Amino acid sequence: MQIYADNAATTKIAKPVIDAMAACMEEVYGNPSSLHSEGQRAAEVLAGAREITARSLGAEPKEIIFTSGGSEADNQAIRSAALWGKKQGKIHLISTAFEHHAVLHTLEQLEREGFTVTLLPVYEDGIVRAEDVRRALREDTALVSVMFANNEIGTLQPIKEIGAVCREAGVIFHTDAVQAAGHVKIDVREMNIDMLSLSAHKFYGPKGVGALYVRKGIPLFSLIEGGAQERGKRAGTENVPGIVGMAKALSLAAEKLEENGAYEVKLRDALIEGLSGISHARLNGDRERRLPGNVNFCFEGIEGESLLLLLDAKGIEASSGSACTSGSLDPSHVLLAIGLPHEVAHGSLRLTLSPENTMEEVEYMVKEITGVVEYLRGMSPVWEDLEKGARKHVI
Amino acid sequence: MLYSEKVMDHFQNPRNLGKMEDADGIGEVGNAKCGDIMKMYIKVENDIITDVSFNTFGCGSAIASSSMATEMIKGKPISEALELTNKAVAEALDGLPAHKMHCSVLAEEAVRTAVKDYYEKNTL
Ligand SMILES: Cc1ncc(COP(=O)(O)O)c(C=O)c1O
Ligand SMILES: [Zn+2]
Repeated sequence: MQIYADNAATTKIAKPVIDAMAACMEEVYGNPSSLHSEGQRAAEVLAGAREITARSLGAEPKEIIFTSGGSEADNQAIRSAALWGKKQGKIHLISTAFEHHAVLHTLEQLEREGFTVTLLPVYEDGIVRAEDVRRALREDTALVSVMFANNEIGTLQPIKEIGAVCREAGVIFHTDAVQAAGHVKIDVREMNIDMLSLSAHKFYGPKGVGALYVRKGIPLFSLIEGGAQERGKRAGTENVPGIVGMAKALSLAAEKLEENGAYEVKLRDALIEGLSGISHARLNGDRERRLPGNVNFCFEGIEGESLLLLLDAKGIEASSGSACTSGSLDPSHVLLAIGLPHEVAHGSLRLTLSPENTMEEVEYMVKEITGVVEYLRGMSPVWEDLEKGARKHVI
Repeated sequence: MLYSEKVMDHFQNPRNLGKMEDADGIGEVGNAKCGDIMKMYIKVENDIITDVSFNTFGCGSAIASSSMATEMIKGKPISEALELTNKAVAEALDGLPAHKMHCSVLAEEAVRTAVKDYYEKNTL
């Protein structure tokens, strides 16, 4: 059995998306900035895609900037809000401890450039408190950036409440919705969102294309200088086929948002139920407030990379937050942020589902994971110590 | 592929795996915080390592390095086993990715620590 359960890393592009992109490449090769008919055809296609992208968020077309993906959208949103703040003497930025590196590393760089950054705690349940945001706000706060859903543990944040706190204080609110867009309902108006990042390859669209929503009236600066594309906010000839593919993927997602969500929740819950049968295992992140397809477990006494490799040999493709999969000596900052000790965080496993997964696959995964965890524990000196009491169980 | 075929072979079919109840020397190195712990058991007769086994908590390269290291010192005089370097272990595995070399250092350390434990137990 071959099971792809790493949809938070990237998704398999949908066939109708490929068809839309192929047709676009064959039929619409013009440059949208050209005045002739071929160019104007491309401009129309681009406008249509912008309309669809905007509508999927409850936004207006002119509030959408197309980018090269989630990382660029995050970088631009944060740098732009920081720069705007600085012009008014505001140098304080608020975010959370478990953001994606596209956000965290941008903030670290701004810190080196003279900004002050407050990273809010995310608690054991992996959820930011709107009240903490309120308390962290200062006179000189230029931006609050809180992700919509976490990419590792899938927890959904109280975006509407946080947005309301920011709106009341007159502070720009950005959310990295890369994991949420196309998977859960988003309405930027209702949720008080000023800026939002999304990325097509996380919802069965193509890689290397994304969007940044910027509410009308919020100033935006460009990262990439050049031509006047994207109203001068993002230079470079538009990735028209990619953008068309993203719009198609968003339409497909919107059509089946509830149906797919309910189906994934059913699989997710069965998977959580099954893996809970393993001793000294624990689900990471809130049990209810999480993405429909996200399952993230820690198994005490084993290391994540060896778990992944053995599962891969059995046809199960997943991911882990262990140090040895990250290429650094530290396990995932997300797992540390929810309070897991290093040695437990090394034994994490993330399974992220799509509507293509089946209940049969879930049963197979539970069986194989249970077996592999047992095998690895059998050869683990850490597990031996835990079992004989020389080391204390934490979960 | 992240790992060579040799690494995958030793990772999936580890040689000399398991605890040794009557070991003459035991070496445990690494720590769980960093993500790799290796425990090596040796049996010694007339300064020859007659048997060796291991248990490892760690990534693919940690497990493969442990396995390879046990093969490389089994039947060898202690003096030779002490000369085992992590580079030699990595080479025997047809190489490890650069950011994984630190995992093979543990294999070298585990051998030394087990020998040291054997000497300490036998100088009393
Ligand atoms: C939460 C989050 N933000 C940002 C990104 C980066 O997106 P992209 O790969 O499109 O640059 C990702 C994807 O890895 C993500 O999960
Ligand atoms: Zn390692």
